[in-house]
Amino acid sequence: MSVLSSPVRADDAVDAPRERRARRPRRRRTGSHLFLAFLVLYFVLPLWFLVVASTKTPGGLFNSPNGALWFGEDFALFDNLSTLFTYNDGIYLRWLGNSLLYAFGGGIGATVLAVLAGYAFAKFDFPGRRVSFALLLGAVMVPMTALVIPTFVMLSEVELTNTPWAVILPSMLSPFGVYLMRVYTADGVPDELLDAARMDGAGEFRTFFQVALPLMRPAIVTVLLLSVVGTWNNYFLPLAVLSDSELFPITVGINLWQGLAGANNGGGVSLYTLIVVGSLVSIIPLIAAFLGLQRYWQGGLSIGSLK
Amino acid sequence: MVGWLFLAPFAVVFLLFLVGPLVYAFYLSLFTNGLATGEEFAGLANYSRAFTDPAFLSGVWFVVRFAIVVIPAQMLVALVAALVLDSLTSRFAKFSRLMIFVPYAIPAVIGAVLWGFLYSPNFGPLEQLFGESAPFLLSPDNLFYGLTNVVTWQWAGYYMIIIYAALQGIDPAIYEAARMDGAKAWQIATRIKIPMISAALVLILVFAVIGTLQFFTEPQVLLPISNGSITTDITPNVYAFNLAFRFAQFNYASAISFALGIVVFIGVYVFLFLTRKRGGFLK
Repeated sequence: MSVLSSPVRADDAVDAPRERRARRPRRRRTGSHLFLAFLVLYFVLPLWFLVVASTKTPGGLFNSPNGALWFGEDFALFDNLSTLFTYNDGIYLRWLGNSLLYAFGGGIGATVLAVLAGYAFAKFDFPGRRVSFALLLGAVMVPMTALVIPTFVMLSEVELTNTPWAVILPSMLSPFGVYLMRVYTADGVPDELLDAARMDGAGEFRTFFQVALPLMRPAIVTVLLLSVVGTWNNYFLPLAVLSDSELFPITVGINLWQGLAGANNGGGVSLYTLIVVGSLVSIIPLIAAFLGLQRYWQGGLSIGSLK
Repeated sequence: MVGWLFLAPFAVVFLLFLVGPLVYAFYLSLFTNGLATGEEFAGLANYSRAFTDPAFLSGVWFVVRFAIVVIPAQMLVALVAALVLDSLTSRFAKFSRLMIFVPYAIPAVIGAVLWGFLYSPNFGPLEQLFGESAPFLLSPDNLFYGLTNVVTWQWAGYYMIIIYAALQGIDPAIYEAARMDGAKAWQIATRIKIPMISAALVLILVFAVIGTLQFFTEPQVLLPISNGSITTDITPNVYAFNLAFRFAQFNYASAISFALGIVVFIGVYVFLFLTRKRGGFLK
């Protein structure tokens, strides 16, 4: 077809597909949206159950006129919350505090180490760099739970089990965090900028803190969020290394209640209600963090996979 | 040498909490500890015991079967959801993306407890829907599917976000060119989008394999309410935990941990080596 000889038809040819394109997705969008609505229902279902169940009286939890997925007759959320925070001298608040301490202790530690190591791998050529990086990649593939039992035995020999350190120190190990920082820093921090800073007489540490660090921020937020969440959600490690329930994080604590509830050991209090309300309260901080920091992690999560 | 200064803090933690436990686990696994005999060097006896121990072997078989079912299920849900989300720009799509991701922010323990409630004949909605004939999803026959559901729910959203981010990184001009050549939407999805995000898919697959083979939290949490259909040897990790903390058999438990770690490591390494052209991970 000759475009030059018939400009009018050429215009038609350009316009036609554009119209078709505009119309076609509209027809399909209903189906796509229905599909999404179905997925949302599935993924939100347990949370909906949790919210509804948190408002029920202990009796209503088992025997609700409107079923498990709708509110009962009494609205007992505030009673349940006050029971939660006072039960057993407020042990729940202790667990929440422990989770915060472990998650931020381990998470911040892991992030600091990952930033420094990632910067070293991305921007320096030092003897042993290739071997160290190969070791790091290998470490990403080591299943972390395989380390829990030997870590427990090791820590018990230096009498560190049943202390906060037994959770925080091993949580500072994040080979994948280092890998993410390296990949991001390699492109995100231009060599020319570092060289310019050095030429101007800045030392290595000043160059790092004032030039490189600000540029690494998106990756830092991502690694921090991932390691805080990882430690907050961790169960196997604290379950193994802690035996004093005063030191438990929320995950092990809720699990303890669940075990006791099955054996009817609540001492007059419905542990099922506490488990439900306690679960609800414990997931609010992380959901809030994810929603608040969206624009960081949504981009940051792709760092490792876009290469 | 400045590089080493920056690397040193991580290297210390790496040696203490990764190399240390691995070497120590191997060392422990070479001994036996009997009440009468005390600690004795046993060579590889713990390993030959493990690889002939029906409890360990059935656990390995369980996680392998589980991986074969749950990983494709998770990845399919994640991939389809990401492709649909990538093709939409509406507010509802943005909202859906967050809602599908939300389970990732919930600790696996809480997720397992929640599904345990939903499965429960006393609390759950299944009883109200099906009455007396309601299926108990933790019964021996249904357990496999009950656990598949919990794990898919927990992780599919995280994988979806990784795939979605990779899809968003593709230059839309490529789709434009394909459309000019007459490609239909599903052809663009299968011939352009999926091949272009193969690095992300390989990465997810690796994480999923590592995670699934060390399956621990969900069965351990659901064990007390499963009426005995979840046993203390259901997965190698649950078995190792119970050997160590219920029966104080730390030497044998270390052998199982170490054997599991090595098997996973070698499996993943071979997989990455075979897919190294597609993945960006091993270079």
